[in-house]
Amino acid sequence: MTDPSAANTPATAPGKIMIKLENLGKQYPKEPKPAVDNLTLEIPEGEIVILVGPSGCGKTTTMKMINRIIEPTSGRIILDGEDVTKADPDQLRRKIGYVIQQIGLFPHMTIAENIATVPKLLGWDKKKIDARIDELLQTVSMAPETYRNRYPKQLSGGQRQRVGVARALSGDPAVMLMDEPFGAIDPITRDRLQNEFLRLQAEVRKTIVFVTHDIDEAIKMGDRIAILQEGSRIAQYDTPEQILTAPANDFVADFIGRGASLKRLNLSRVRDIQLSEWPTVQLGDDHAKVVETLRASDKGFALVLDEQRRPRRWVSAPDLQRGAGRALDEIGLPPEAIVEPQATLNDALNELITANYSVAIVVDASGSYQGIVDIDSINEAIRTMRTDARARARVGLDTDSADEAGQVRR
Amino acid sequence: MTTSVEQVPDLGNAPQAAMAPVRRERRTLGSYLFMPVFLALVCAGLYLYVSTRELGSIEKRALTADTIGNAVWEHIQLAGVSTIFVVLIAIPLGVVMTRPFTRSFRGILLTLANIGQAVPTIGLLALLALGVLGFINVDIGFTAAIIGLVAYAVLPVLRNTIVGLGQVDENILEAGRGMGISKFGVLRRIELPLAVPIILAGVRTALVINVGTATLAAYINAGGLGSIIVAGLTTNRFTIQLTGAVLTAVLALLIDYLAGIAEDVLRPKGL
Repeated sequence: MTDPSAANTPATAPGKIMIKLENLGKQYPKEPKPAVDNLTLEIPEGEIVILVGPSGCGKTTTMKMINRIIEPTSGRIILDGEDVTKADPDQLRRKIGYVIQQIGLFPHMTIAENIATVPKLLGWDKKKIDARIDELLQTVSMAPETYRNRYPKQLSGGQRQRVGVARALSGDPAVMLMDEPFGAIDPITRDRLQNEFLRLQAEVRKTIVFVTHDIDEAIKMGDRIAILQEGSRIAQYDTPEQILTAPANDFVADFIGRGASLKRLNLSRVRDIQLSEWPTVQLGDDHAKVVETLRASDKGFALVLDEQRRPRRWVSAPDLQRGAGRALDEIGLPPEAIVEPQATLNDALNELITANYSVAIVVDASGSYQGIVDIDSINEAIRTMRTDARARARVGLDTDSADEAGQVRR
Repeated sequence: MTTSVEQVPDLGNAPQAAMAPVRRERRTLGSYLFMPVFLALVCAGLYLYVSTRELGSIEKRALTADTIGNAVWEHIQLAGVSTIFVVLIAIPLGVVMTRPFTRSFRGILLTLANIGQAVPTIGLLALLALGVLGFINVDIGFTAAIIGLVAYAVLPVLRNTIVGLGQVDENILEAGRGMGISKFGVLRRIELPLAVPIILAGVRTALVINVGTATLAAYINAGGLGSIIVAGLTTNRFTIQLTGAVLTAVLALLIDYLAGIAEDVLRPKGL
């Protein structure tokens, strides 16, 4: 990060920039230091950009300046090519969805009335609004006929959060601002809501600025993460992979914490890594052939496959001795820790740690054997990611080079 | 816009049985009926007591249906009109005092409202009667009484308006502003409805205060049930005093009861 402008521009910038913050600053009167100090940041269209940082770093202030709930004292906000720094804030906000941690549903209005707020302000006719309410409630997995006329008080926390998201989407804004939207929800519901939200985002492709203090949430939700230091100064602005594998400085490394390698395992999937070779035998093979196979490899046990190449049994040399004369599927241990290619490395690691032989078997959708993930393959994957990231970080310092995805850098 | 989306299974929704009711159960019919029945019994008891007494000519003159009916109607007018003025003055004032731009003189206004309540009403009434005599010659007593009552009852409504608006969750207001509702829109559609229960409680207090204090209006010739009590006192007739006092109490309780029902009805749903 020797070039400061490179730090604030997405390293891989697909499509156009939706939100551009130019030298944005907020100085509260009587405060010695500005809350936001000369921040420049570009947010690409259709991505989730996470602002993450320790308490008091100015991330929420930064987000609230985008819809001018907090007025900046310096700098400019460019929304979709238009300078909105001095635009009518009410008109501006109707075009920007807004979700806060406390949700802020209007308690004296029904769910339908809550969702209808922005469409009414935009002057939609009643039929269109009604249709929109039903559509949005279905989008957030709540049956319209059940929930339309309920009051917020009658909903659980997770349901309120869903309504909050539906309400923010009601005017079909291109941009959404979310301030710790899942912060006040229990961990299990939060995980589910995060997944639902990611699925929803895959459909609607909004440009989202998402504030959190939780680096794990940032890694999970973000297409890009801006790690902010005091005064909203950008410590690193990059994809989760890059931030985990190549932290720009000690602050970022500290903020990610010790679990960086483990967190990174959430980002890559079994299908992306080189699977380990393992001795396999067919169900009908005689013991002598199995012994030979085992002797030929350095592994202590072989995987027995049936005709459809589905894993049936683990057998080792002692198993063969003890079970002389018996069929291969009657000796040894049943196969466990079976994962599919789309599982994350974290899932695979979790499985293989608990398995008897400390390996995870990879099968495709029809259950046929693909290969093995063991601790070595995971190690290797981490090493590769690290080298890749370093290489990319070095490339990032040059100009005009295309990255591996073939996208043209700015 | 499609409305024919497949019904998505609603994941993780709380079972319906676990839903909290929108609002607490309304009062039962019994509790609705208790107060009117009780007050009717008190009036009947008073009637029986008075009608079994030997009444002198003074009592007979003071306790005609006409006099009593007139006094009750005057009393209701005094309390009602003064409360309307209190509402018209105190609620807008409370709204203004909770806006950020009035922060600097909020204290002074509250002090003035406090003075209104701290000054003894009877003294204020006398002063007003004297002062008003100078330039208004119609309905001297009534106008003066109204001014006195308003000054006395502004404080509870003003205080409750300020408290009611102040207790609205900051996050709800921010959500409203963040969605692009104008400042006035947030006040009208969110802040005021959410403050209604507390403001109404203040209005109810003011109304009851006014029913009680309006008895003093008799001293400046503004009529009301106070005039029956005053007549009883000046003529030293216990029956007349008792009738005036009991009717005042009954009227105060009845109005409080009606205001309670109004509170229930006007409170926004969902709170």
